[in-house]
Amino acid sequence: MSDVFERVKRIVVDRLGVEESQVALNASFKDDLGADSLDVVELVMELEDEFDLEISDEDAEKITTVGDVVQYIQSRE
Amino acid sequence: MELQNRVAIVTGASGGIGSATARELAEAGTRLVLAYHHGGERAEALAAEIRARGGECTVAQADVSTKEGAGILAKTAVEAYGGIDILVNNAGVTRDGLFLRMKEEDWDQVIDTNLKSVFLCSQAASKYLMRSAYGRIINIGSVVGLTGNAGQANYVAAKAGLVGLTKTLARELAARKVTVNVIAPGYITTRMTESIAPELSEKMAEQIPLGRLGQPGDVAALIRFLAGDRASYITGQVLQVDGGLVM
Repeated sequence: MSDVFERVKRIVVDRLGVEESQVALNASFKDDLGADSLDVVELVMELEDEFDLEISDEDAEKITTVGDVVQYIQSRE
Repeated sequence: MELQNRVAIVTGASGGIGSATARELAEAGTRLVLAYHHGGERAEALAAEIRARGGECTVAQADVSTKEGAGILAKTAVEAYGGIDILVNNAGVTRDGLFLRMKEEDWDQVIDTNLKSVFLCSQAASKYLMRSAYGRIINIGSVVGLTGNAGQANYVAAKAGLVGLTKTLARELAARKVTVNVIAPGYITTRMTESIAPELSEKMAEQIPLGRLGQPGDVAALIRFLAGDRASYITGQVLQVDGGLVM
């Protein structure tokens, strides 16, 4: 759990230019972290590379919070 | 140099416009991936020439009409130079014939090489273009994509499709400062056009207000400008380099 969260957190901080403390599990990419739709697409591509998996558009649409990502990746690992 | 340390991929680098473009971009300071499908000898000779003048380049063979081929080019650039700033989608083929007799495979091949390749290569490169907060996609179209041309239903459809694709990418990628434009050359003297009979070439020249066929360098000069900082406010445009042929 913590390992996936840490890796996701690092990517989110890097891509969105936010503080590490802002990247909580319940933080919404769009509402809390200031991401626009292109940011989310970029983030998904980055996550695919980092975790070596393919995230379908259908699944990507359901991802709105940091916790969603962590849970999704854990369910796929 | 205006493009010092920028990284550029040029597809169809073994061809006339492609090699002239590579020379211009190398002169401007970019590090280059020279992509070719057929014509490895010409690509290697070009690379040797660029290196002899102090330029940096890597040669890569790829079929840009496949996702795999497009991926190879992006990977080559990222591994060799750490990113991608400029993508010149220049690769193209012709399979001319009257529409009534045109074979399905000739249609498919021209659409795949001239249009689908631009979709695939742009997609493969975009992640890096967006990251560089600079990004230039320069697509080589043709004036026949604007006017139509008897005997080239496939080629014209691909080049016209390129205009719509370009405008759409320009809108989608604008938020990341990636500009996307089409250059539409007229009759340029390259291997692609050298099969045209000399008397026909003369007739063509008569129809061109500037009175001559174009040279690859005429197109490459505009590519160099579009690739540069000073072109940062130009996107979604079709820029003709045709001696005034189509107005």
